Amino acid sequence: MKGYNFAYLDEQTKRMIRRCLLKAVAIPGHQVPFGSREMPLPYGWGTGGIQVTASILGRNDVLKVIDQGADDTTNAVSIRRFFGRTAGVQTTTATAEATVIQTRHRIPEKTLREDQIIVYQVPQPEPLFRLEPSRQETRRMHALSDYGLMHVKLYEDISRFGQISISYDYPVMVNERYLMSPSPIPAFDNPKMDMMPALQLFGAGREKRIYAIPPWTRVKSLDFDDHPFRAINAPHPCGLCGATDSYLDEVVTDDRGGRLFVCSDTDHCAERRAAGHVGNDGFKEAAE
Amino acid sequence: MSAPTLLSGRGLKLSFGAVPALVDVDVDLWPGEMLAIVGESGSGKTTLLNVLSGRKAPDSGVVWYRDPNDHLHDVHAMPAPALRTLHRSDWGFVHQDPRENLRMGVSAGGNVGERLMAQGARHYGNIRDAALDWLAQVEIDASRIDDLPRTFSGGMLQRLQIARTLVTHPRLVFMDEPTGGLDVSVQARLLDLIRSLVSRLRIAVVLVTHDIAVARLLAHRIAVMQRGRIVETGLTDQVLDDPHHPYTQLLVSSVLNA
Repeated sequence: MKGYNFAYLDEQTKRMIRRCLLKAVAIPGHQVPFGSREMPLPYGWGTGGIQVTASILGRNDVLKVIDQGADDTTNAVSIRRFFGRTAGVQTTTATAEATVIQTRHRIPEKTLREDQIIVYQVPQPEPLFRLEPSRQETRRMHALSDYGLMHVKLYEDISRFGQISISYDYPVMVNERYLMSPSPIPAFDNPKMDMMPALQLFGAGREKRIYAIPPWTRVKSLDFDDHPFRAINAPHPCGLCGATDSYLDEVVTDDRGGRLFVCSDTDHCAERRAAGHVGNDGFKEAAE
Repeated sequence: MSAPTLLSGRGLKLSFGAVPALVDVDVDLWPGEMLAIVGESGSGKTTLLNVLSGRKAPDSGVVWYRDPNDHLHDVHAMPAPALRTLHRSDWGFVHQDPRENLRMGVSAGGNVGERLMAQGARHYGNIRDAALDWLAQVEIDASRIDDLPRTFSGGMLQRLQIARTLVTHPRLVFMDEPTGGLDVSVQARLLDLIRSLVSRLRIAVVLVTHDIAVARLLAHRIAVMQRGRIVETGLTDQVLDDPHHPYTQLLVSSVLNA
């Protein structure tokens, strides 16, 4: 695109972000400050993720962008088109074809490979921010690996609700050292981060922090011995493709209590349907 | 007294600008002993407590702490993580205002359990049992375990703070006016509780108070401070019944029936 550098950001900014990425990869789970730039979209729409993606994108990369698992929502479509225009890279909706996947709030159902990078958009990088208001103090807690407070929060959940009630942004320990916010992905996706073959990068634009999990790194969701972590999901098969092992969205279909549970990962669902899998509501949709 | 001390301060000096807060202070504390530091406001009691506990660095002088393995540590030369660990396990700090120590948005059980969890306890049932046990020891009803501290009275808050501090069985506890701001009957009950817990668990305590009666009731030894100096020190009864230094005489005579 004329008048713009490749992938929108200028080369100096990309170098600065890459240096931060290297440091972040070297210290898994540690939040590295970076000079976040103004991007042509508002904070909260993925400014952190888009800057990380811009810095790692090469001409031969194939980009996939998902928002809550879907390739066809506003945020995903806009960011995919943004890079299509400013970098001219090939884009795709197929998880297996992508080399770089920028995501908001989900990890694709298909297992990622070593030659893929997943970039998370992060609204709040500090896992302790609701518990300890002072950033100086939370930094000290990270430095001293002093994470009793996070367990106090889990204790409170169990004593109040009988179980740990965090359903998304479930805190994890990375490489048995740093407490990390996995960005607001559902707790269902947490186990996928553990020993993932792909490189995981996290960018928080408003908070100006970058962090990372290198491939094949241990990621453990916090829990108690007698209240182990468990992934929560709706107890239904997908209405369209019949999948029982994927994360489901609940879609209200009418004002008489009708609802439909479908895969939140649209690519996963479409692929299964193309392979001939049909859910209970799938026929109905085809018939209408 | 030739037995090894638990905590020793030597030649402690600290001034705030032109105001000397500590002048050549030497302090010794033996295991299981309760030492009261008394004196008027501004005499440097709380400063001494903060220096001894490593929360504030002195201008000169050292504080030695003997750990359970008989190793001596210079408290102010310790790395920050080690000092933090000490404060979370072997040591405790009881503030005058329990709100400084407690997490007001966290239930009583969570408050008591925090130090255990910071030490790596990861079994919910055990943590809860320990919390219930400690609430019983400080005479808080077990049914209040899931209540927030803000629903507690002043005396209960102070007892909750003590439970939270003692849950890890510290060897040394620093207390800054633990009974200040409580009414007399609540004070008496709290003093009783502190005395029985401390003697049963054999905890060494450095207690700062301006209340001579509190020192008389709790402390084995007493140190009297005036303008940053320790002017007199000795066994509590000895010092209070037969004060030598003019300032101590003044202090004792100013209290009714001390």
